[in-house]
Amino acid sequence: MTAVEDRPSTEVGRARYRKEDDRLITGRTRWTDNLTLPGTLHLAMVRSPIAHARITSVDADDARQASGVIAVLTGADLAEEQGELPNAWMLTPEQKAPAHPSVAVDRVAFAGEIVAVVVARSAAEARDAVELVDVEYDELPVALDLKAAAADETLAHPDLGTNISAVRTFDSAEENTGGDVDEAIAKAREGGIVIEREYRQQRLIPAFMEPRSIVVDPTGEQLTVWSATQVPHFVKIFISLVLGVPEHKVRVIAPDVGGGFGGKLQFTPEEVLTVIAARRTGRPCKYTESRSESMMAAHHGRDQWQTLTLAADRDGTVTGLKVELLADMGAYLGLVTSAIPFLGALMFNGIYKFPAYRWTCTNVFTNKTWTDAYRGAGRPEATFAIERLMDELAAELDMDPLEVREKNWIKHEDFPFTTVSGLHYDSGNYEAATAKAKELFGYDELRREQVERRDRGATVQLGLGISTYTEMCGLAPSRWLGSNGYVGGGWEHGSVRILPTGKVEVVAGTSPHGQGHETAWSQIVADRLGVPFEDVEVLHGDTQIAARGLDTYGSRSLAVGAMAVLAAADKVIEKARPIAAHLLEASPDDLEFSEGQFQVKGTDTTKALGDVAFAVFQGHDLPDDVDRSLDADATFDPDTFSFPHGTHLCAVEVDTETGGTTIRKYVCVDDVGAVVNPLIVEGQVHGGVVQGVAQALFEEAVHDDAGTLVSGTLVDYLVPSAADVPSFDTDRTETPSSTNPLGVKGVGEAGTIASTPAVVNAIVDALRPMGVNDVPMPCSPHRVWQAIQSASTGGAA
Amino acid sequence: MIPATFDYQAPTTVEEALHLLESSEDAKVLAGGQSLLPVLRMRLAAPDLLVDLGGIDELRGVRDAGDAIVIGSMTPHQIVLTDPLVAEHAALLTKATARVADPQVRRRGTFGGSLAHADPASDLPACALALDAEFEIAGGEGRRTVAVGDFFEDIFTTAIGDDEILTEVRIPKHTGWGAHYEKFVRIAQQWSIVAAAATVRVIGGSIAEARVALTNMGSTPVRSQAVEQALIGIAPVDEAVREAVAGIAEGTHPPTDINGDDAYRRHLAPVLARRAVLAAAG
Repeated sequence: MTAVEDRPSTEVGRARYRKEDDRLITGRTRWTDNLTLPGTLHLAMVRSPIAHARITSVDADDARQASGVIAVLTGADLAEEQGELPNAWMLTPEQKAPAHPSVAVDRVAFAGEIVAVVVARSAAEARDAVELVDVEYDELPVALDLKAAAADETLAHPDLGTNISAVRTFDSAEENTGGDVDEAIAKAREGGIVIEREYRQQRLIPAFMEPRSIVVDPTGEQLTVWSATQVPHFVKIFISLVLGVPEHKVRVIAPDVGGGFGGKLQFTPEEVLTVIAARRTGRPCKYTESRSESMMAAHHGRDQWQTLTLAADRDGTVTGLKVELLADMGAYLGLVTSAIPFLGALMFNGIYKFPAYRWTCTNVFTNKTWTDAYRGAGRPEATFAIERLMDELAAELDMDPLEVREKNWIKHEDFPFTTVSGLHYDSGNYEAATAKAKELFGYDELRREQVERRDRGATVQLGLGISTYTEMCGLAPSRWLGSNGYVGGGWEHGSVRILPTGKVEVVAGTSPHGQGHETAWSQIVADRLGVPFEDVEVLHGDTQIAARGLDTYGSRSLAVGAMAVLAAADKVIEKARPIAAHLLEASPDDLEFSEGQFQVKGTDTTKALGDVAFAVFQGHDLPDDVDRSLDADATFDPDTFSFPHGTHLCAVEVDTETGGTTIRKYVCVDDVGAVVNPLIVEGQVHGGVVQGVAQALFEEAVHDDAGTLVSGTLVDYLVPSAADVPSFDTDRTETPSSTNPLGVKGVGEAGTIASTPAVVNAIVDALRPMGVNDVPMPCSPHRVWQAIQSASTGGAA
Repeated sequence: MIPATFDYQAPTTVEEALHLLESSEDAKVLAGGQSLLPVLRMRLAAPDLLVDLGGIDELRGVRDAGDAIVIGSMTPHQIVLTDPLVAEHAALLTKATARVADPQVRRRGTFGGSLAHADPASDLPACALALDAEFEIAGGEGRRTVAVGDFFEDIFTTAIGDDEILTEVRIPKHTGWGAHYEKFVRIAQQWSIVAAAATVRVIGGSIAEARVALTNMGSTPVRSQAVEQALIGIAPVDEAVREAVAGIAEGTHPPTDINGDDAYRRHLAPVLARRAVLAAAG
């Protein structure tokens, strides 16, 4: 029995349009770049076009003389003042990292790194002056190829002495969570089967719609910072820690923010430099990046080599998995760069219950833009690997890939389940989701069509791809974070305030940037307090209003943040109870609270919550010992993660003449636990699936031999639009989470995690009879065609 | 990003526009701006003057000129796309224009602007080549006409001189010809990786005349008269057309980029040409 069923549930579960959509869709809102304070100065960045070089001179004399220019700040000017950008995760106690300045002082380590800042009266004058700054570089050898970098062939940071930042390992035999993987593999080589594969997770660019933007006003008592960020609370504390501004003198506001996908989970050089410029000039300063700068210099995602060894019995029972990861950090460690592959490494076992697992994660520096969180953050990479391997195993054993999965997955009666990597899965029902997906998809019928096309040698072949995924949501139990090397916590904070007229203000510590929290939180609180949905306002994103919070990422906002809000609502009810009792001349124990009314049990005497609030506001007739407010704060720190799951099925038509692929049908049945707003869940799944399809088919950050980003514009970096994907058939099963009172799990990353292997599995499935067993991502027509060519000439990949 | 400073003039006559171009060392013609503005914003070019042709009525519209139709250089793609004269007499342009970018770009971007820009991956040059277009160019010395074979000189380079303006394009009527533009892309809003433009006249179940040209198989569009000859007299069926177009990539110098190498493009060309011819004949 879940809490959902314990009370009248009129709002939770209702498919409401999002109240924030009018302003977000029309753009008529407070984006950071829309803010212009009187006397604002504008920043433009001089960025290195070279990936690795010593800076031999920066001549800014002409720029300083240019029209409208107030200042040009170089690395030499700021060497002391700028401090160092933080990395917040020590993957190992020995983790190595180069100093990370906001503006390079004597050396640049990736193309796009800032080498000087121009401050001018207008954005145009600032940009013009950038052209006048003359920087001389002495080029250094570049470390670009991840494998070569891991072998220290060329050093990304010569002074560091190595490109290896950290190596972390896990062995189920040593940790007593399972057996010895070497034994499992040795045994499988005798009478079973061993699948060995190497997969590349290409580098991706988050490509959020609103470029990053910062406005800093130094003229008030507090330094006020507006930033298009996911993490205003992080920005506040890091401005204090990095720049020495006392924490109580900083206010950070994330106004409406146009997407992030992890790409705005960062404390950025641009934020540091805008604060410094404002502090130095004493005037409001603004910086808004161009799309090109965003592509080049905002952190990237993914970028791994995965070496995988899967052991299984001949009946398809998996007996062990060995994972060796090389992860590209890029040139520096950002906030949680080093943890991204680690978060994935915990999950390569996916939904399966095999007994032996070992992973090694090697974090490597290169002379590229630094990487960090991007939608799914490690888990898409892990899901891709295991879901591709399950298909490979099925193919080698000539079994149906769904049957192989079913043989190995955790049965619904096994939950809660502790996995071979030591994580505690709260709940799940893989059988139910898969059965539903299979039926919606018309799996058997499509298999028949596939056979028919193969038999007649059709030019356009059909492939069916499966992805049965789970992911880790609700980041994160603070104790777990502490014991795994993260400097911060994972709790969340919420407040509920009943205003004198009975309206409700909710203050959330999470910071949405497109997710629809204002609507969902209103639904939750409306139900809990028995007030109309329209009477609830959700406030967030301003550290002066939401004083405490840990922001939005990792599908944590609902599973963690909304629980704090819910707890605060409960506290408000308990604060109101003795007052209502006083007003009703009854004992508090005799009151029931339901649908916004306190009722004396067994009578029809009631007092509305709003009436109690007004009585509190007046203060004329209250018991002596009660608070003169119906406000409450609460925090929530989860005991464990939540694990949504689902089954995604994808049918792809592959044109064997051109290598072109078309997704013909895409079915997803997701189980994200209890659902607050089905429309928001649907939207998250749609967007997520497209983002995962983009990795499978379209997107890749490509660098040339000098380390310059070749795919630096949206002409070359192919972000798909609605025209490039089919309509999705979505459905759900609901297995409530046991980790929180609403039974919710989180849906922010599900689609992205699930869809990439579903698409690639489908492409490989279409081509397998031709001898193809892999196509590297993105599976462009050229690469599909090459895979066919190389298989048909006997050189199967 | 913000472009470098430039002056802007919007003349209302061709003569005025020509004077402005001559008056400046480094002027650029603005003819819709769908390619030029990104270039300016990324500071890949910094002209001192933009001469916007959008105010010159003479350069806009489609008219019947007897054995040809004439399309004004500043006619937006969207007008070309929906114009009944174009559909009747130069169906290939209708088909290809439908694949140019997206509705927003088609409403701003112009027919002549695209041809004068001469991007090897843009869609209209191959069509102009297939349709034997003629280009009227105005300059200080008056107006001259250039055949399509002499118009596209190199990547981003045409017969239009620095102080000249493309005024109109004459397309001989291909009334009753079937047409198809087979554009191969990875996402909908993308330049052609390779594309094949085909227009054919089918009489009595066999191909009587054919024009086939390719996009992005070299620095300028490519047309194969050998292939066109081979198509004459055959039935528009898969095997026969496959054989006729097999050599269409011979002698081409396609680029290598992140969407594919030259060998892949050479492979694609006959596949797309076959599909284009079959669709045009169908």
